[in-house]
Amino acid sequence: MVKITFVQDDGSRQDVQAAPGLTVMEAAKSEDVPGIDAECGGACACATCHVYVEPEWRDIVGKPSEMEEDMLDFAFDVREESRLSCQIRISEKLDGLVVKVPSKQF
Amino acid sequence: MSDTNPATAADDETGAPIETDALIIGAGPVGLFAVFELGLVDIKAHVIDILDKVGGQCAELYPEKPIYDIPALPEVSGQQLTDRLMEQIKPFGATFHLGHRVDALSREVDGRFRLVTDRGQVFVAKVVVVAAGGGSFTPKRPPLEGIEAYEGTSVFYSVRRMKDFADQDVLIVGGGDSALDWTLNLQPIARSLTLLHRRDDFRGAPHSVEKMRGLVTSEAIRLMIGQATALKGAGGALEAVVVKTKDGEEQIACTRMLPFFGLTMKLGPIAEWGLNLDENLIPVDTARFETSIPGIFAIGDINTYPGKLKLILSGFHEAALMSQAAHKIVYPDKKLLFQYTTSSSSLQKKLGVR
Repeated sequence: MVKITFVQDDGSRQDVQAAPGLTVMEAAKSEDVPGIDAECGGACACATCHVYVEPEWRDIVGKPSEMEEDMLDFAFDVREESRLSCQIRISEKLDGLVVKVPSKQF
Repeated sequence: MSDTNPATAADDETGAPIETDALIIGAGPVGLFAVFELGLVDIKAHVIDILDKVGGQCAELYPEKPIYDIPALPEVSGQQLTDRLMEQIKPFGATFHLGHRVDALSREVDGRFRLVTDRGQVFVAKVVVVAAGGGSFTPKRPPLEGIEAYEGTSVFYSVRRMKDFADQDVLIVGGGDSALDWTLNLQPIARSLTLLHRRDDFRGAPHSVEKMRGLVTSEAIRLMIGQATALKGAGGALEAVVVKTKDGEEQIACTRMLPFFGLTMKLGPIAEWGLNLDENLIPVDTARFETSIPGIFAIGDINTYPGKLKLILSGFHEAALMSQAAHKIVYPDKKLLFQYTTSSSSLQKKLGVR
């Protein structure tokens, strides 16, 4: 299992254990992490699973695809470290990943 | 998600009321299949959808994504499923009213339902079938503090009347076709126009991007790369928008704002119809899929009952049972004979295969 930590806007942290092969969004939904709405269910068709990847993880997680960049246009307060969590596939090398949940999904 | 299309922002309709047996609200897979099941029992239907195309979420959210749990179709994309349903329901000649949202529902003296759309079209129906899925697709509201106070006066999510933007300082936000098309359409009549997008890359049609860039070069419009963070103004009158850019913060003076951030699903005006609701879902019985108001049915993702699964295949089943119950209302004196499409001459005649 791989550990993913979700940090809320107020600083509270929640560790989730997830099996490789799932997406970070699915890991969040399985433990009801607040602020990961995933309205479209993981089709990269909304932007309600937006997260900020912590700096030390950005290279390992990688950059968004072109389709994901397009969809990030629908997110709020998009930053360099923005990703849609439904598009981050969990693997062993992401063990310990820390992502921040934005104050609002919309 | 696509944005609303200027082509659908037509003038309000003032046509005569349309009388029909059944009015289906929602042209997603379940609404489409309801046309088929109602058609088999001789119930004619009109179908309304807020989108400018049929298919609902299948067409809007995941047209290319494969679906694996439709019986007998091991793999089918959202668009293919929509196309095949349209082919299957063709014999029943339903009429589609796209780009309409049903707003009001009331009762006629004869017991039929009177429904009015946001574009002014009136329907009078013996039964209403709510197949609205996750609700109606509605433009997303940017989470800017106090934005509600400006909506309808300074902030608009679509253009209903071009003249609302004439001689105004217009700020358009977004990078898709809606943002680009309205930039091109409103530039000639606006006093000034600024297009704001978070990156210097646009999703819209290449020729629109090219035209927009031409207007920037000729200084007819201004293009800003950044994100809106706050609104300034008073009493519903917008004066400026604060924008965060790479280099810091800037205020753009503007009196009109058009944010295009795609669509989200909301239950919408159905919530005001007096139906019993349970957390934005419509409770129904599992024999008829009828709501708390007799004659109004709810099928597909919008309904709830013990054991409910939000699956397309469950919605298909619900459409079949709903149609049997609707028959009793549309044809109170006719006995319904249960028949199979494989063997019934009369069903095959309706399907046009005999």
